[in-house]
Amino acid sequence: MSGGSSHARHLAEAGRLANEIRLSVEQVSYAYSANPAQAPLFTLEATSFQARPGEIVAILGPNASGKSTLLKLIAGALHPLSGRILLNGFVTHTLAPRIRAQRIAVVQQESRLLFPARAWEFVLQGRHAHGRSLRFESERDVMIAKNALAQVGAASLSDRWMDQISGGEKQRVILARALAQQPLLLLLDEPTLHLDIAAQVDLLDALRRLAAQNRYTVVVVTHELNLAAEYADQVVLMHRGRCLRLGPPASVYRRELLEQVFQTPLSVEFGASGRPRVTVLAGT
Amino acid sequence: MRPLTLHRLLLQCLLLLVILFFVVILALKFGAVPVSLYALGRDLLRVLFGQSSGISSDYGLIIVNIRLPRILLGIIVGASLSVAGTSFQALLRNPLADPYVLGVSSGAALGAILALIAEPHLTISPVFAALLTPLGAFLGAAATITAVYFLGRRQGQIDSSTLLLGGVITASFLSAIIMFLMNTLTGNLRGLAYWLMGDLSTSPQKSVYWFLGIGFLAATGAIYTTAGDLNLLLAGEKEAMHLGVDVPRVRLVVYIAASLLTGLAVSVSGAIGYVGLIVPHAMRLLFGSDHRTLLPTAALGGAIAVVFADTLARTVVAPAELAVGAVTAIAGAPLFIYLLRRRMA
Repeated sequence: MSGGSSHARHLAEAGRLANEIRLSVEQVSYAYSANPAQAPLFTLEATSFQARPGEIVAILGPNASGKSTLLKLIAGALHPLSGRILLNGFVTHTLAPRIRAQRIAVVQQESRLLFPARAWEFVLQGRHAHGRSLRFESERDVMIAKNALAQVGAASLSDRWMDQISGGEKQRVILARALAQQPLLLLLDEPTLHLDIAAQVDLLDALRRLAAQNRYTVVVVTHELNLAAEYADQVVLMHRGRCLRLGPPASVYRRELLEQVFQTPLSVEFGASGRPRVTVLAGT
Repeated sequence: MRPLTLHRLLLQCLLLLVILFFVVILALKFGAVPVSLYALGRDLLRVLFGQSSGISSDYGLIIVNIRLPRILLGIIVGASLSVAGTSFQALLRNPLADPYVLGVSSGAALGAILALIAEPHLTISPVFAALLTPLGAFLGAAATITAVYFLGRRQGQIDSSTLLLGGVITASFLSAIIMFLMNTLTGNLRGLAYWLMGDLSTSPQKSVYWFLGIGFLAATGAIYTTAGDLNLLLAGEKEAMHLGVDVPRVRLVVYIAASLLTGLAVSVSGAIGYVGLIVPHAMRLLFGSDHRTLLPTAALGGAIAVVFADTLARTVVAPAELAVGAVTAIAGAPLFIYLLRRRMA
């Protein structure tokens, strides 16, 4: 076989990879129980969905719908009762923590520090999985951390103490740490929970830009209907441990369905962008 | 951005080494019998060049045979306790954790006493007999930290105040057992009361020094391989796992190594309290909370603190002596209260 055709095959391979499924959640189920002898307190029924590079998936649902459990399963923090989760063909929960952290970054609701740290120290933690425990950070690590801070518009926060910045700033620095991991998959658990509206929009705009630029696959857990509608390519609608509907926001956002899931009267309109907008009809 | 470099780490250690050197000189010079700096230098040089036989004066013998071994012991004990405290603070995510406060020192003391009681009844060679006490202390320390860890857990999470309370209760329970044992025993074991308060005056045999030194280096080395992981563990076990830390492995390595350090220290010096609390906090203030610097600087700082405290213990009421544990407790307990109040504020 000639070198030329092998090169062409590599190009074709690369093209195929770009459109390939990156994250594949296959019939994953889970059950929480306080005591193995008793009936489980909460069950997640078999759930499946797939995501490509550059795609934002929102796992949407009210409290106790199983959305955070699903995220923990994808993160590899929980082992599924049945089914499996594949990331580029590897089963996530069997990977060693270090290998997993090189591929999956998790942004959690709260990140509490015991001793004060500066923002740059915090972001450099994201490089841990890429070196040995005792290694001193290289020039390259510092570059990557600086880039990560710049990408979320937080370069000016670099030398600030983590406990002296606002909630929105802190959330950006936490996101920057996740970017410093250079993951394939970015998981966010209610990232907008304690943010005001401007900070919410800033964060999600940054997320959409980053997903497009760096080809991250992003999975966001949220109960914010309109933010999910505005930013997600796919919505996984969860209700009482079951995935009720899966698809682009325009197909998932049906009034009767959302009213049933969120237990409140609401209306759904479609704007010029084709994305749905939900209004909660309180007091009617 | 100013990430840690090996150069900076070595510089910090060098600074502390210089301080340690001066504290050691101070400790050699002062005591019930004052020694001139000139005589001190002359005798130390003789030891260095292997001419110990040339030292004939009584002062020389005091320095070489009494003060030097005691200082060496203080260095190892201080470094061990301080590294153990640093490790417990990171693992338990509690800035107030310390082998003494958590009851681990009491557990080690009980283990050591049980080994002392068992020793005459066992037919083993004298070399192993000398190591029986450190072994008992290690087992006592390991059992206690395991118990306190589970006492401090609530719904799968470590609860800070429950943990401290659990440690304090465990410590007083174990002390009560020790008191009971001491009152039922007679003879030379009665002298343990002084040892229990933390005391460096009884120099162990030469073989025990080797055992201590090697044990200290091995355990501290094992903990140091997890230094980067400990930095991330401060943010919580789940978060550390997501950042790539093999949490169960790190936990196991550090618990065993820190118990070993506590056991070693207690088996030769009793329960010297608060060193593992004061020193890591001081080092964090001076050099930051990165464990890659904190562990070596805490080791050196612990050595400085204990040698200094022991010098005070020997000189303040000379020719009588205080227990060094009393000196560290007088300095450490108020600091503990201060840190506790600040956390609650």
